[in-house]
Amino acid sequence: MNLTLHVWRQQGPDDKGQLERHQATDVSPDMSFLEMLDEVNEALIKEGREPIVFDHDCREGICGTCSQVINGQPHGPQAETTVCQLHMRQFKDGDEIYIEPWRARAFPVLKDLIVDRTAMDRIVEAGGYVSVSTGGVPDANAILIPKDDADTAMDAAECIGCGACVAACPNGSAMLFVSAKVGQLAKLPQGRPEAASRVCAMTETMLNEGFGNCSNHYECEASCPKGISVKFIAMLNREYLKALPKLKIK
Amino acid sequence: MQLMNLFRSSVGRKLFMACSGLMLAGFVAAHLLGNTTLFAGSAAINAYAEQLHKLGPVLWIFRLGLLGALLVHVTFGIWLTLQNRAAKPMGYAKKAVQSTTLAAETMIYSGLALLAFVVYHLLHFTLRKVGLETSLFSDAAGQVDVFRMIVLSFKQWPLVLLYTGGLAALFLHLSHGISSTFQTLGACNEQLLPLLRRAGLVAALALLAGYLSIPLLTYFGLVS
Repeated sequence: MNLTLHVWRQQGPDDKGQLERHQATDVSPDMSFLEMLDEVNEALIKEGREPIVFDHDCREGICGTCSQVINGQPHGPQAETTVCQLHMRQFKDGDEIYIEPWRARAFPVLKDLIVDRTAMDRIVEAGGYVSVSTGGVPDANAILIPKDDADTAMDAAECIGCGACVAACPNGSAMLFVSAKVGQLAKLPQGRPEAASRVCAMTETMLNEGFGNCSNHYECEASCPKGISVKFIAMLNREYLKALPKLKIK
Repeated sequence: MQLMNLFRSSVGRKLFMACSGLMLAGFVAAHLLGNTTLFAGSAAINAYAEQLHKLGPVLWIFRLGLLGALLVHVTFGIWLTLQNRAAKPMGYAKKAVQSTTLAAETMIYSGLALLAFVVYHLLHFTLRKVGLETSLFSDAAGQVDVFRMIVLSFKQWPLVLLYTGGLAALFLHLSHGISSTFQTLGACNEQLLPLLRRAGLVAALALLAGYLSIPLLTYFGLVS
């Protein structure tokens, strides 16, 4: 099939950028979306033009590196699928496809479709971990965890930190991401000792990094390639309420 | 962790919105219950108004509490909206909405329209600075006949239209606001969320129908 692509091209962070028209010809429906872009880039290189720059790594849908908004939807039209696992059979001959980078103040565009997502790393650095100072490796079943809790923690831990939630959110909020990181530890006994400081620090850092506030549009859940539920945002809010009595005046 | 985290954390700021919103929505429901005494006739609503005023300082404590909640809700609402806009300086060339609603996307506009309506409503029925001459519905001693005031007001179609507009803003605001409050307060999970979204909509519809019945039934002569 033949497709018309409207791709965001931007030389660097300070460049204004604009949509550029490209033709993708003889596209096989069995190609992944990134393979289709690879072909377009091959043609561009042969013409001596600059290829379209985009992020990718595992191409198995597990690393969270690919980040493209396709026709207004982060990761494209297929639910719970990353761009690398999106296949061209989702499109039809003659389609016009708009490809844009994640849009948020906290995610400045570096070049074309690549944005700087290190702001999410700094949110995790603020408390998205369990401090372990000393001691050997604990026995696997030394701490008993109810199955339901373990399952919920694993559901939250599915987050691959791609940033689609931020890209989808009309407010550029990272609340679903933060709630997944808080939620995966809140449900486990190992995460409880630092639960209060974690939720306070991570939600504060989120704002400092330039992300917006959640106003419950739930666009994040609809765009999440891992299907992280907004129930984790409610859980995050409960964790914050639990932390309130521990806040000190000075 | 300092208390100031309440203002620095995104969730802390949203708690102010949710709690003040809950107080205001509670008042909206209670206000409707009080107003339905209109349908029981002149004596009922005038007695209700008199009882309210007899509360004296208690009434003022309620009014100040509500004013406080309104100030918090409006201030935080504008502040958070400006912050959210700044966090998303550029949209997409091709927009595709998946989950959000018109009500959710227009909260700031329905909210500001509602604020303007509340100011007018207070000037109209509470302070009586706009609308009909007070002499039309008060006796020589200055005693206001609330029933007559409402009925005479809602015999005028521009006012009926204005109140319908204000109530439409209220409906739009609450249809997202009610379920949103529960989510922000953490009183929500995967099973509850779809139910709460529907219940919020139904509650907003019920309030709309209840409030709209007052100007409409009066205009069409069913209250007299």
